[in-house]
Amino acid sequence: MQMIFFILAGVALVSGGLVVFQRHPLRSALWLIVNFFAVAGIYLLAHAEFIAAIQIIVYAGAIMVLFLFVIMLLNLRQPEEEQRFMHLGQKVGGITLAVFTVLLLVYGVCKVVLPPGKDAPPGLGNTESIAKLLFTDYLLPFEVTSVLLLVAIVGAVVLAKSKLK
Amino acid sequence: MVVPVSYYLTLSIALFALGVIGVLVRRNVLVIMMCIEMMLNAVNLAFIGFADYFKAVDGQMFVFFVMTVAAAEVAVGLALIVAIFRNRGTVYVDELNILKW
Repeated sequence: MQMIFFILAGVALVSGGLVVFQRHPLRSALWLIVNFFAVAGIYLLAHAEFIAAIQIIVYAGAIMVLFLFVIMLLNLRQPEEEQRFMHLGQKVGGITLAVFTVLLLVYGVCKVVLPPGKDAPPGLGNTESIAKLLFTDYLLPFEVTSVLLLVAIVGAVVLAKSKLK
Repeated sequence: MVVPVSYYLTLSIALFALGVIGVLVRRNVLVIMMCIEMMLNAVNLAFIGFADYFKAVDGQMFVFFVMTVAAAEVAVGLALIVAIFRNRGTVYVDELNILKW
């Protein structure tokens, strides 16, 4: 169990690093799909089967296809050889700050001692228990979400129209 | 054999930091949006880890809503990028300095 977790975590971290440090945005997008699949595997380990399925369908399916469409629509030429040391101070500062934040947060997580978790009762994380909660306790957020999606559709159509007036 | 919750949190922190580095370092606005997606994904991982630890489905509900918001954000954001590219002909954030005073 932990072995599978470590393998998937390694895949997620390596592909995440490649997303950040690839030159061409198309390659970044393809590595991001690998990252999403690895994280979906970790969701499966954590007894969240429904979330793993919609992670693959929504993220790796819908969102990344949208990204790939836009990258190909903009038809960016192979990026011209940029100066390697442009904004060097900003880059070094950003990476240093991020690494420092990681060390601080990991230190905080390691200080908290939690008792080991129990074994999962049968049925946790399946579609039935999620649906029961979604249509009782979380009914109002669910409906608000549909309004949000409608607003996003209208906004995307208006913004992507060819003539903005 | 369950995976301890601190492993999930550490992986979540590492993925989030990778996203932060991408947002701070990269110039291409498309890659910056991908890194934002990766950060949202890292937060989802922390939610799932705690949902597994406490044996409660509420964490998975929040992941569900975060995914919806991420989908809406990507749709609007990519439409904005296409509109900006039509008007200005670039997707590099250091050339989009018209709001800089």
